[in-house]
Amino acid sequence: MSLIDVENLTLQFRTDEGLITAVDNVSFSLNKGEVMGLVGESGSGKSVTAKSLMHLNARNAVYSPESRITLHSDAGPVDVLSLKKPADLQIVRGGAISMIFQEPMASFAPAITIGKQMVEQLQLHSDMSKSQAKALSVEMLDRVGISDAAKRFDQYAFELSGGMRQRAMIAMALSTKPKLLIADEPTTALDVTIQAQVIDLMKDLVDEFHMGIIFITHDLGVVAQTADKVAVMYLGRLVEEGPVREVIRNPKHPYTQGLLAALPKLDDLDAPLTPVPGDIPSPLERPSGCVFHTRCAQIVGDVCRAQLPVADQVDDTHSVACHIYSGGAA
Amino acid sequence: MTDETLIRADGLSVGFKIGGGLFNSHILKAVDGVNIDIARGSFFGLVGESGSGKTTLGRALLKAVPISDGTASYDDGEVSYDLTTLQGPDLKDYRKRAQLIFQDPYAALSPRMTVRDIIAEPLEVMGLTRTREETDQRVREIAAKCRLNLEHLRRFPHAFSGGQRQRISIARALVSGPKFIVADESVAALDVSIQADVLNLLKELQRDLGITFLFISHDLSVVAHTCDHVAVMYLGRLVETAPTRKLFTAPRHPYTKALFSAIPSLDPDDRGRAQKLTGEIPSPTNQPPGCKFHTRCPNAIDICKVQEPALENPGDGHEVACHRWRELLEQVPG
Repeated sequence: MSLIDVENLTLQFRTDEGLITAVDNVSFSLNKGEVMGLVGESGSGKSVTAKSLMHLNARNAVYSPESRITLHSDAGPVDVLSLKKPADLQIVRGGAISMIFQEPMASFAPAITIGKQMVEQLQLHSDMSKSQAKALSVEMLDRVGISDAAKRFDQYAFELSGGMRQRAMIAMALSTKPKLLIADEPTTALDVTIQAQVIDLMKDLVDEFHMGIIFITHDLGVVAQTADKVAVMYLGRLVEEGPVREVIRNPKHPYTQGLLAALPKLDDLDAPLTPVPGDIPSPLERPSGCVFHTRCAQIVGDVCRAQLPVADQVDDTHSVACHIYSGGAA
Repeated sequence: MTDETLIRADGLSVGFKIGGGLFNSHILKAVDGVNIDIARGSFFGLVGESGSGKTTLGRALLKAVPISDGTASYDDGEVSYDLTTLQGPDLKDYRKRAQLIFQDPYAALSPRMTVRDIIAEPLEVMGLTRTREETDQRVREIAAKCRLNLEHLRRFPHAFSGGQRQRISIARALVSGPKFIVADESVAALDVSIQADVLNLLKELQRDLGITFLFISHDLSVVAHTCDHVAVMYLGRLVETAPTRKLFTAPRHPYTKALFSAIPSLDPDDRGRAQKLTGEIPSPTNQPPGCKFHTRCPNAIDICKVQEPALENPGDGHEVACHRWRELLEQVPG
């Protein structure tokens, strides 16, 4: 059953240099209990897309009139982008949707204890008493593997190590029992051994809480380990989407193929590293036609420079937006 | 490549004084008795978690932090220096020969200087060129080598993407004609697509200019693809060092093995629980007795808790500091 539907999401930012397109006509949906990996380089619009789900983008964001985000909550469908008042927004900001950020040190207030911040948000989103909220918070800290949870509850973020802070962040995000968890690069700032612990923890929590997760990352290894399906973004466009096995073993879009080829592989140390040629263009100089054509090694003709490719179904679940597959060469 | 040593360290330690008072201060050993041999022209990898002392070791070899104990020497065939006593004009000369590339290309470049000025600054500070024409000529040469568009030299860093900025940082490090470069997490902040490009550039410089690199990284797959020789650090100690292929095909230290198993596999069907290590690296101010790794080691026995293993060389160039590595060798890797 569908949990959240994103349709034709287009988002621009008003800046001194003019309108900058961050997300361009992106559609996808996520079912309950499903884990989706959202992959792309910096500047591809993955974080902005995720923040749109919580209507959390800066004030200079302009959504196109066709953009629609529908959250299927227990109380019926919610049109996220039409929410305005802070009280109405609570359901997508910590209520039914929670978010884990990349930098756990920056996401906790430095001068307030971890516990106080956890209790505060629980009281905001439920009618729990202070002592109930505290009991649940300590239980959640314990659940994510923080030893001596009752003591940690009264500590400040700086007293915790990086891995522990990220666990506390996860505990806090999950304590309101969200339907959808957005994890924005949750393991990027961590060491590999700690990353492995956090990934294992998140796998356990998916089984236990049965929530939908959108996992934003640039690490395809992390995606392969956690996600059911993958969406690949480039310059605000969704270029490929499909089940994780399909996309990683049988990538269709030249950009997805490039990302996989650029990864250093441990089982073949002699394989040369092949970068995706060129740099991601500045958002102010958006290429015409297919946004990837300036870096694409498999251009089929002028059509790539002139015409935006539409998403084609490779099969029922796997789609790709590239002229190679839409008969663009003809 | 030659077999001659560029950098040799023996029992190298770096300590920092912690705490202000006269009586309650103590010494934190960030690097503790490290022996290391870096061959001329090699690409030497240094691996470990945050807090393992890899950055401090790199800085000590650059004479950027004082060496508190042990010896370290530099010999590039033209000059040789004792790094523990180096000072005055010799130290100035060493600064030209040994350079550093930082992790974050966004923080490492002054936003108020043009790319040309950033690359030219070391030349002016070190007095390597006399005239402006000479400086410009040198900057253009280096920029071309780092595949920077000469048009871009007049721009400011904010106009560039992460990969381009990192190429600017590399150009700045190269401009004084160094023989030894410490690259500290130099690709960690980059996207994978760009990372491969910067790594290929560094390898090219090693080949074409004969520069020796100390490549500090926490990313084992990157190290596996670029380095000739790898050393693994844990809590200020070297726990294993070997030629790359040996280390990656048959790691001997339980910590190295755990690091390997923690790398997320690209195969969606291989979702076995990767994690073999529990807990986190202990604080360097409160180090465990015995083997530093015993608190997290799945193979620890009693002797590990009391006696620290020395780095032993079984004669095949694959050194390891573990009491049990021989018996663990016979176990089938699981």
